[in-house]
Amino acid sequence: MPSREGTYGLLAEFDNPSDLVRAATQARQDGWRRLDCYTPYPVEEAAEAIGFHRNRVPLITLIGGLMGLAAMFSMETWISVIAYPVNIGGRPLYSWPAFVVPAYEWTILWAGLSAAFGMLALNGLPQLYHPLFNAPNFRDGATTDKFFLCLEALDPKFDLVESRRYLETLSPTSVVEVDY
Amino acid sequence: MATGEIRKGDPGIDPATGEFRVVGQGETFKSVTEKISRIVLTPHTPLGWLALFGIAGAGATVLLVAVTWLFLKGVGIWAITQPVAWGFAIINFVWWIGIGHAGTLISAILLLFKQTWRNSISRFAEAMTIFAVVCAGMFPLIHVGRPWLGYWLFPLPLTMNVWPQYRSPLLWDVFAVSTYATISVVFWYIGMIPDFGTFRDRADSKFAQYFYGIFSWGWRGSVRHWMRYETASLLLAGLATPLVLSVHTVISFDFAVAVLPGWHTTIFPPYFVAGAIYSGFAMVLTLAIPLRKFYHLESMVTERHIDNMGKVMLATGFIVAYGYGMEAFMAWYSASHWEAFMFWNRAFGPMGWSYWVLIASNLVIPLTTLWSRKLRTSLSYMFFISIVVNTGMWFERFVIVVTSLYRDFLPSSWGTYRATKWDYMTFIGTLGLFTTLFLLFVRFLPMIPMNEIRMILPSAKIKPKAAAGAD
Repeated sequence: MPSREGTYGLLAEFDNPSDLVRAATQARQDGWRRLDCYTPYPVEEAAEAIGFHRNRVPLITLIGGLMGLAAMFSMETWISVIAYPVNIGGRPLYSWPAFVVPAYEWTILWAGLSAAFGMLALNGLPQLYHPLFNAPNFRDGATTDKFFLCLEALDPKFDLVESRRYLETLSPTSVVEVDY
Repeated sequence: MATGEIRKGDPGIDPATGEFRVVGQGETFKSVTEKISRIVLTPHTPLGWLALFGIAGAGATVLLVAVTWLFLKGVGIWAITQPVAWGFAIINFVWWIGIGHAGTLISAILLLFKQTWRNSISRFAEAMTIFAVVCAGMFPLIHVGRPWLGYWLFPLPLTMNVWPQYRSPLLWDVFAVSTYATISVVFWYIGMIPDFGTFRDRADSKFAQYFYGIFSWGWRGSVRHWMRYETASLLLAGLATPLVLSVHTVISFDFAVAVLPGWHTTIFPPYFVAGAIYSGFAMVLTLAIPLRKFYHLESMVTERHIDNMGKVMLATGFIVAYGYGMEAFMAWYSASHWEAFMFWNRAFGPMGWSYWVLIASNLVIPLTTLWSRKLRTSLSYMFFISIVVNTGMWFERFVIVVTSLYRDFLPSSWGTYRATKWDYMTFIGTLGLFTTLFLLFVRFLPMIPMNEIRMILPSAKIKPKAAAGAD
């Protein structure tokens, strides 16, 4: 477990997404691995720049969908054939074409819930407290119009003085230190 | 969009990219954020809002009264009887669900097609969906006669050892509508999380900071989060698309699977879905036109949005027209005496007036005039058309339900249908409930997705290295 006191990292602020992407690409090239960008809307290029290419949301969704399909179809079959067999107009008990519709709906239901809650779980949300909210300029801009690059103290290259100097070479509008 | 419409010097076109402008000129990340969050975060509630809320709340109260009386007396207070056993409740159910469909179409299908113009209207279209589904979902429940036994609809392990019957379209409906409601709410909520983050950061009052902070789940805009978020949104859109098509299809099965002339037809699923989108876009216009005026959102909900919605209505209107045509054609071509009589009776019988109201307001008025770009961009005309189409679509359901039922195979069992005041009160009540919920949404939740608007601003374009250094 990382220590929960001291410095969380250094936060550089940028005015526009292009500068952020350029800075993040540079930092990644220079060997930084524990870094993240914060933007007011999805900036795909920034994710690419910090080496975040794929995620597991689609896989979770697929598994959820298949589970929903299996759950509903087997429940329908069990109810109609074993638990409560009723003769409806002489149709066979295992009248699978009629079972397709609810099974289809549950595939979508479970897949959708898995996509939404899987995404939140992978993101570690809800997380109402985060050290970044301590930064004086973060809440002012990160959800409005500013773009941030954070070098985290957990990176082996991190050094409070050296890293600050390094960040300043990337021409941000400001660099601030963020505490836990 | 058709390239033929592009003119030189058109203010609707961004000179830098040559593309259609979705958001008005001169908007920045900050101005957009401020404009939208001010609507919610201001401590002053506009007087107009309060007045409307009063009227809508009165409407919702009418619903409360009507439903209370219904629970005390039973469905006998409605006009339903033999042979018209399905009356206003089912008409309203289908009408409301249909209205909801345009919201999903805008938020999901147009997202998949990368129609960025949808971004400004997607949030309140989704809200419209959810509130419409709330109104719709109520009707089957209160229509069952003994609503306290509503849980019998669900496969629950009860001591009675009785289970639902999965071969019935009515049970399919339970799963279609409940899935639709759940997925719509999830999609809507997930979409609002980043905007709640913005509200949390911009709110002045402690209460609002806590309130929106909790609902934002601590969103902080990490790009890793954003990427997963984008994937999940796309997946939800991809799931909602087949879902929305299936919901009205399943609802049409409620009718089409029966053997009744006028219901027993294969055109119903596509014709119901197209009609749903038709009426839904009309409802989006009914809501959007006053909203943009009242809250000065002209730069985000532009004339182009209104124009595009008019085009969608034109297209879906023609699919609906095809459906009506096919019904008439099949009445003749089937060579079935009952089909032919049903159609004759529908158009020229004692309730023929309802059929002609439907033809006038769904086909004649909109489909002759929506061709004109001038009319499509005229706000007052589009508002008028939206009301006309919503009326027409309500009458379509009335015609399908009532005129198919009241004169069936045996003349000795013919009857008629005349709605009671309780029917009208329930219907007007749902309009009140819908408006009440919508007004609360406009006041307390972000009605335009700020993060999606930021995404389509010109300043969101990543410039290549050399150009970025220049400015």
